[in-house]
Amino acid sequence: MPLFLKTLFKTRGEAIGFIAFLVLVLVIFPLAMPVFRLNLVGKYLSFGFVAIGLVLLWGRCGVLSLGQGVFFGLGGYCMAMFLKLEASDPESTSIQSTPGIPDFMDWNQLTALPWFWEPFKSLPFTILAIFVVPAVVAFIIGWAMFRRKVGGVYFAIITQALALIMSLGIDGNQGYTGGRNGITDLRTLLGWDIRTEDAQYTLYFLCVVLLALTALAAKYIINTRLGRVLVAVRDQEDRVRFSGYDVAIVRTSVFAFAAVLSGIGGAMFVLQVGFMSPSIIGIVPSIEMVIFTAVGGRLSVMGAIIGCLIVNWGKTAFSEAYPDAWLYLMGGTFISVVMFFPNGIAGLAEKFPRIRSLIPASVTERIKGMATKKTTKTVSDGQ
Amino acid sequence: MMMVLSMAGLLAGPPTEEVNTTGLAVTDDTVTVGQLHSATGTMAISETGSIQAEQLAIDQINAMGGVLGRQIEVIKEDGASDWPTFAEKAKKLLVSDKVGTVFGCWTSASRKAVLPVFEKENGMLYYPTFYEGLEQSKNVIYTGQEATQQIIAGLDWIAEEKDAKTFYLIGSDYIWPRTSNKIARKHIENVLGGKVVGEEYYALGHTQFGSLINKIKLKKPDVIYAIVVGGSNVSFYKQLKAAGITSEKQTLLTISVTEDEVLGIGGENLVGFYSAMKYFQSLDNENNKAFVAAFKEKYGEDAVIGDVTQAAYLGPWLWKAAVEKAGSFDIDKIAEVSPDIELTTAPEGYVKIHPNHHLWSKLRIGQWGEDGQAEVLYESELIEPDPFPEGYQ
Repeated sequence: MPLFLKTLFKTRGEAIGFIAFLVLVLVIFPLAMPVFRLNLVGKYLSFGFVAIGLVLLWGRCGVLSLGQGVFFGLGGYCMAMFLKLEASDPESTSIQSTPGIPDFMDWNQLTALPWFWEPFKSLPFTILAIFVVPAVVAFIIGWAMFRRKVGGVYFAIITQALALIMSLGIDGNQGYTGGRNGITDLRTLLGWDIRTEDAQYTLYFLCVVLLALTALAAKYIINTRLGRVLVAVRDQEDRVRFSGYDVAIVRTSVFAFAAVLSGIGGAMFVLQVGFMSPSIIGIVPSIEMVIFTAVGGRLSVMGAIIGCLIVNWGKTAFSEAYPDAWLYLMGGTFISVVMFFPNGIAGLAEKFPRIRSLIPASVTERIKGMATKKTTKTVSDGQ
Repeated sequence: MMMVLSMAGLLAGPPTEEVNTTGLAVTDDTVTVGQLHSATGTMAISETGSIQAEQLAIDQINAMGGVLGRQIEVIKEDGASDWPTFAEKAKKLLVSDKVGTVFGCWTSASRKAVLPVFEKENGMLYYPTFYEGLEQSKNVIYTGQEATQQIIAGLDWIAEEKDAKTFYLIGSDYIWPRTSNKIARKHIENVLGGKVVGEEYYALGHTQFGSLINKIKLKKPDVIYAIVVGGSNVSFYKQLKAAGITSEKQTLLTISVTEDEVLGIGGENLVGFYSAMKYFQSLDNENNKAFVAAFKEKYGEDAVIGDVTQAAYLGPWLWKAAVEKAGSFDIDKIAEVSPDIELTTAPEGYVKIHPNHHLWSKLRIGQWGEDGQAEVLYESELIEPDPFPEGYQ
């Protein structure tokens, strides 16, 4: 293999796994599913961005964040604000006391667009904001925490508090945010109706392509020196510090990078689902994001994406088949995964070597490494 | 023999291709409908009554021979108190299952989440909860009251009965209480010539009302007008009672407490306070007696029936009436014929669908007793639904 590809894929099996995944989502799913189901898969995959971020942040760098929903929400709300403004032209809102502003503002007696909504009339600004807003927020929080060496459980608790603050803040400022109802009834993107079947196909493929590129970027990071520094920070923080690395800046950067990925996921979610609401960004969904990363395997990029697909598909399928009992089934599944496959689905490859070739194998390598190293007590499992 | 069979077929109902021109899930002897509520999550406790009432109505309709000779089959979906899930399930019911209609939703947030789906896929939703108004859709029949129906007559009654001049408005912080209090304030100030001495909102789930109670004691309003919902309700009324604010000294009118909420709050904490609703379980009429008896027979003697539960019960009956009037299951035809459909058998008495897809209905004032049931003290005339009230915006 050429050198560049070698950086992306450690083994042939890994490359085959990646290609198999592409074939699955780009060819098999679109051919086998009606557009309604495909749209749902697109929705699940928008959480895949968060999962990839968590693989880098939690699996590789050992920083558990229970607040990734915040960044998912920031990206999602940026996108939703743009779409809502486009849907609120004076003509279609003529029934309101103040036509031309989003409907929920009118219901809350606002008579003019708040200043911070103004720039979201521009699509380039919105796209920029989807990247920059989560990055800046994560950088400030991360820097404040990691510089003071706040880590582990304490960091997880703080991120959880962040998720609560964010959802309460949105709830409590409904004139500006849509409150509990969220920002609903999004219709067009630059005049292009995002609710049609054609648009949903297009958005699905856009989501898949972006996700695949993100996965490659993450694999690249993992397999370069930076990736090894991340693991070193996780396993032997002090030695890394003594070697002259600034641990705080490494952690802050990867936290900000994971936040950007979550933000992109949020934006893709809004485009495909057609609305944004605080119920997707609070504590429970943030923990769910960690769960599907764990189910897939928090060390493996492809494992996390697959975990994301399986958990979300399970949610849909179980709740359709057993509307009264599905939560118990989901809970049972999570407990069994944690009990029997602590390294997630990707970790299965280790247990059953025959299916190893089916599953991207960076993890198997990794786990093997961990297993042999266990005797020399290097493994701290994230938290 | 063949002729007898085809005669029987004719008696059972008109041929499917005539009554279903848009590919809905209608066969020669069944029609499939959807039911979309939260069976799990924080809203499950509120939505269970609606699920049960809709099921009861569907069973009764099936026992009477169904709709256009077709038995109703139900696909139940769980919205899980999560708005994106509601949207996903709504789409599934309309696109994959092709259901004839959907009975469902409870919170405004869930309705706002599914509304674009119903409009885009051209489905029909029967929505049971009293709500803030400011909405009207061809694809929704609102079987609960919109805000003005619930608020104005109630304020008129209390102003006259108690000679009330000063009001303290309290609400949970989201769209329904805020919109409702906006209407209440305009009515108090512009029509009743009274005064609003305080208006406060608390986050959903808020449980500490100490500072509010102090303010109430200071301002001594003639009426506390409360729109507190969910778990906050329990703390709110218990703390009022603990602070000595009881019905002996203080008039309190709420539009957010039905028999279902009283189960959680406890009748003893509410004794003597008033609720403004279109329906109370204790309503004394033949329709309601039959309804309460059937409900208890199916779900147990301890089952209670609140305003929304009764409104949910109307959904399947109104849909049946519309289908039979249209002679078709087609959504467009149902929407077209729905205005002016009447139900004389409704437990709340008589209702009629307005061209704006809301119901003409009466407002009642109930006074709560220790046993968790209300004594109905007042009944208005039929009130026209007005989801976009002029002068109240």
